[in-house]
Amino acid sequence: MAESLLSLRINGEAVSTAAPSHWTLLEVLRYRLDLIGSKQGCDKGDCGACTVQINGEPVLACLTLAATAQRGEVRTVEGLSWAPEASQGCHPLQDAFDRWDAAQCGFCTPGILMAAEALLRKRAAVVTRDEVREALAGNLCRCTGYTKIIDAVVDASEVVFGQRGDESTDDSAQQTGS
Amino acid sequence: MLRLPQFGVELPETVDAVVALLRDNPSARIVAGGTDILPNLKHRLDEPPKLISLAMVRELRTIELDASGEGSDLVIGAGMTLTEVSEHPLVREHFPSLAKAAGLVASPLIRNMGTIGGNLNLDTRCRYVNQTHFWRQALGGGCLKSEGNVCHVVPKGRNCVAAMSSDCVPVLISQGAVIEQVGTANEAGKRSVPAGEYFRADGLRHTVREDGELTVAIRLPLPSTPRRSAYAKWSVRQSIDFPLVSVALRFDLDQDSPHGVVQGLTVVAGVLGAKPRLVTKLDDALGKKLSDPALSRIVSERVHKQCKPLENVPFEAPYRRQMLAVYTRRAIEALTAD
Ligand SMILES: Cc1cc2nc3c(=O)[nH]c(=O)nc-3n(C[C@H](O)[C@H](O)[C@H](O)COP(=O)(O)OP(=O)(O)OC[C@H]3O[C@@H](n4cnc5c(N)ncnc54)[C@H](O)[C@@H]3O)c2cc1C
Ligand code: SF4
Ligand code: FES
Ligand code: FES
Repeated sequence: MAESLLSLRINGEAVSTAAPSHWTLLEVLRYRLDLIGSKQGCDKGDCGACTVQINGEPVLACLTLAATAQRGEVRTVEGLSWAPEASQGCHPLQDAFDRWDAAQCGFCTPGILMAAEALLRKRAAVVTRDEVREALAGNLCRCTGYTKIIDAVVDASEVVFGQRGDESTDDSAQQTGS
Repeated sequence: MLRLPQFGVELPETVDAVVALLRDNPSARIVAGGTDILPNLKHRLDEPPKLISLAMVRELRTIELDASGEGSDLVIGAGMTLTEVSEHPLVREHFPSLAKAAGLVASPLIRNMGTIGGNLNLDTRCRYVNQTHFWRQALGGGCLKSEGNVCHVVPKGRNCVAAMSSDCVPVLISQGAVIEQVGTANEAGKRSVPAGEYFRADGLRHTVREDGELTVAIRLPLPSTPRRSAYAKWSVRQSIDFPLVSVALRFDLDQDSPHGVVQGLTVVAGVLGAKPRLVTKLDDALGKKLSDPALSRIVSERVHKQCKPLENVPFEAPYRRQMLAVYTRRAIEALTAD
């Protein structure tokens, strides 16, 4: 199988790796770079488990050719907590998912976090339940029934942008505003 | 896990380079957002040796008003994503039904990737073909559009009737869009094709696109008289799913009001066979007010009479036929809401 060299930027770092030219970004992340946070679910666009961000936009890694991902900044769920500005620990969304029990088996969670983070960053305000439903309309969850996921995303937006008097508010705003 | 077949990837940066690659590699395929062609390749509906990606072609990523001709046109580059099209202020202002249709495609994630050029050139779909190779083998070895030689929708049929399932296409036809193609095998090396003439009634080759051609832009003449337009789509879930029925409506009025009198009207239905259907014999709807209940009754009756869904996508055809009429009526009623 002909391999070609890829120069990617992933979670803020330049990464070079060789992979077959027909591989998707998801395959390269999981089987070359050991970034197995992004999940391989349907592998054809139906479920959103593979959601990553390219240049800040949530997209499906299973339908992105790795070669074309070279055009931008890739961010995976690993980058949510690894990003330097978030070095204090997990992202407010991850914290909210924990507090609200918004993950059961957790298979959908990385993709949902990446879609939700893009929503919070773009809205830069407390989000409504409808906005969350719309932003997550491409991410399926077979366990939670969605209610707790929506609760958690709204809660995280309140922590980051709201008047919660939460100590971490200012820091979190910077993290999500990145 | 669904693996792609092996292929090489080209990443040209200009339209000229794409055209040259298409000319030199007749069996290569174009990939834009990849949200249609990659699932199809994963399902082994094709095994091209090379994909030519449009991801780096900046020329295709513009949207602008062009007033150089007789009237003004909105020109949308083929590489604009569906998210960009659905959110663009000029599209929303002048072509609300297009903004609506683009915003109803699949899911937000797919709209961030999928392009309007890919949506226009979307392959036809059928419940017997958009399946894994394994699934098709279980059916006895595929059909005309895959590896077999029968049709499961029209037994004994020699013509594939897979459905044109793009959300934007019926709207583009209804709004008089013109498709700008380059790489054409004529002297000029390019041509303009009215959207209404772009499609053919053959599920295996459902557009008039030549192998060497690339869609560079979609040109939409701005309305010169008051107009109200709608797009209605019925799908299993409100997200992710392809349309089960779809209809685009355009009413040209004497004034922009629910009581405006209809002077012209265009109705285009999708998800029937490979070719979108222009509904005809609508003359007795002319002269009626948009708010007149007789108008929505006449139009939905004609739609029901002339549009015959097939058993090519999920849900029974007679039910889809009923729903097409229902969605048509509701869309017209929604246009009179203010
Ligand atoms: C889960 C799922 C749900 C979907 N739901 C919908 C839906 O509800 N409605 C809908 O309309 N679509 C739907 N789609 C299909 C697809 O996402 C969209 O139609 C999208 O707009 C395709 O654009 P693309 O850029 O990704 O196309 P690609 O996959 O890149 O290309 C599609 C086809 O067009 C050709 N092509 C692309 N660009 C050009 C060009 N500039 N010139 C000439 N040929 C070109 C390609 O060669 C290919 O044959 C869905 C897809 C998935 C995976
Ligand atoms: S309409 Fe018939 S030939 Fe075409 S894809 Fe469906 S089963 Fe196959
Ligand atoms: S694995 Fe990518 S959408 Fe399901
Ligand atoms: S937590 Fe199991 S799929 Fe969402």
